[in-house]
Amino acid sequence: MLYDITIDGKSYRLELNRADGRWSCRLDGRDLEVDAVLARSDVLSLRIGNIAYEIKSERVANDLHSNDLHLWVDSRRFAVEVHDPRSLRGRARTGDDHGPRKITAPMPGKVVRLLVREGDTVEPGAGVAVVEAMKMQNEIKSPKKGTIRKILVNAGAAVNAGDVLAVVE
Amino acid sequence: MFKKILIANRGEIAVRVLRACHEMGIAAVVVYSDVDRASLHVRKADEAYPIGAAAASESYLNIGKILDVAKRSGADAIHPGYGFLSENAKFAQACADAGVKFIGPTAAAMDAMGSKTRARQAMEKAGVPVVPGTSRGVESFDEAGQIAASIGYPVMLKAAAGGGGKGMRLVNAPEQLKSALEAARSEAERSFGDSEVYLEKAIVNPRHIEMQVLADEHGNTVYLGERECSLQRRHQKVLEEAPSPLVDADMRRRMGEVAIRVAQAAAYTNAGTVEFLVDAKKNFYFLEMNTRLQVEHPVTELITGLDLVHLQIHIAAGETLPFRQEDVRLRGHAIECRIYAEDPDNNYFPSPGKITLLLAPSGPGIRRDSGMYEGWTVPIDYDPLLAKLIGYGSDRDQAIARLGRALGEYFVGGIKTNISLFRRILRDEDFRAAKLDTGFLDRMLKRPEDKPADSKAVEAAAIAAGIFAALGAVNNAARSGSGAGDTAESNWKAAGRREALREG
Repeated sequence: MLYDITIDGKSYRLELNRADGRWSCRLDGRDLEVDAVLARSDVLSLRIGNIAYEIKSERVANDLHSNDLHLWVDSRRFAVEVHDPRSLRGRARTGDDHGPRKITAPMPGKVVRLLVREGDTVEPGAGVAVVEAMKMQNEIKSPKKGTIRKILVNAGAAVNAGDVLAVVE
Repeated sequence: MFKKILIANRGEIAVRVLRACHEMGIAAVVVYSDVDRASLHVRKADEAYPIGAAAASESYLNIGKILDVAKRSGADAIHPGYGFLSENAKFAQACADAGVKFIGPTAAAMDAMGSKTRARQAMEKAGVPVVPGTSRGVESFDEAGQIAASIGYPVMLKAAAGGGGKGMRLVNAPEQLKSALEAARSEAERSFGDSEVYLEKAIVNPRHIEMQVLADEHGNTVYLGERECSLQRRHQKVLEEAPSPLVDADMRRRMGEVAIRVAQAAAYTNAGTVEFLVDAKKNFYFLEMNTRLQVEHPVTELITGLDLVHLQIHIAAGETLPFRQEDVRLRGHAIECRIYAEDPDNNYFPSPGKITLLLAPSGPGIRRDSGMYEGWTVPIDYDPLLAKLIGYGSDRDQAIARLGRALGEYFVGGIKTNISLFRRILRDEDFRAAKLDTGFLDRMLKRPEDKPADSKAVEAAAIAAGIFAALGAVNNAARSGSGAGDTAESNWKAAGRREALREG
């Protein structure tokens, strides 16, 4: 099995094979001795040589309406992307700064008030809406400079994490 | 002794009180709102009653509904926990009128502590040191100017009915006084419907130290040592410890005796906490009295060996305190972290949601008071406190070491928590040297966090990512019931599907 793995903008080429319950592992051309036991579906006990790690896997909703994969090595968190280099869609990237961007709720809550109207121009970091959750009011900000094309919620509406509040272009 | 206690709360404190009931052979009745049916306190209760909609005013703050459950269940006492109705004198009175024992002070004692100016007047009369200033509302700008000049700048304007930083203004120089007074007055009027504002000397970067007291209904009052609560964010406590590294035996005795005078001046009964501001010269001043069990009570329990909730229940049942002041001994050191559902990497935004993975620490010197479990969805409607992790050691260094070790074991997946903030605090040199004041956390958070690059950990993450992908494919195929012969092909299909989903 061949994977391209991206962590903090850096890419690693990983070759993994398993035969008779043993792994063989090649990371960026280096052979490593690896032994892994899945303690549960999202907790891996990993040995590289004789160094032991407990690794936790977590899927986290992001504001682009998809999931990020986070791996925790002991207490350190890494945002990880895994691609199959043989797959055609492996190189697709999101996060284009041109064109319309959705402004989404980072957590479930209630829209307390809207700070912009359709047609307003906003600077990056300008407040767009106030969402209340867990007794705290949080200002949701525009990710870029542009014009508010659309507002999709009313004050008082309940929203879920990832729901689109407005579109800025 | 009571046969049945109604717990008018939710979350970790409801579980904490419920445990005490079970330890004492008392049946525990709980109430829950519509979004709390799956909460831990309902799972562990003997009886559970729905009381309405998520909004606290419809459920946990609704005196009528709670007293109705007390009647229907036949509970003979109510424990209010902290927050919600715990400091509501009307509720305490309503319980008394309904013939149900309120586990806490009387309504009259709560009222005496309710207004800050009235409490200041009572304390001055009882010879309790208060921050220099007025104990009445200031009438005019001229009067405020004279008082400010006599006590010296900087001064603090505070709303008499205030709390949570509202109606509060720091004034550094005479020319700022007029506008600050107007702003504080109008904010107090808007927030509390009462524009009364008073003036006291501002103590810059004070320490916040509080004294636990306990009083039975037969005139016996004791203090159980102090808690250091200087680590705060936005006026909210984050980490507490006992004893305070600043307080020596003589200062503890003086503070304790003042705390007893405060309690006795209000004819106080049951558990309560007297809060003090302490300046750089170790002068301490009465701030306010909290007429309830505190969130941070476990640190006092660990260093005194006492169970405060058991004692609250015994006192409410009319028993005499089972020990005297000279029997109280402090031993070791305890530190508590408040684990909140919030994102330290994103401006501490609340982070409710489903807990997909929970690995809880244990081992020597670790206590965990928690209201969460794996698979539970943290609702958006209430305070984000999930759990308290408390470390105990024979001294402060050992308590820090154990707590740091336990924080390393603690993992909450699916939602964000502030666990990483505590790892950072416990590593901080000023914290380890006990250089604490209420400005500590803001200063620490302004400094960039040094995250040493660790190429070994990155390598482990990369390899684990591949192994998870490979094994996940196998597991998914196995779960869908496909035979062993076609796993290789379906692995790749499953992997492809996941990739497609992730990119979409």
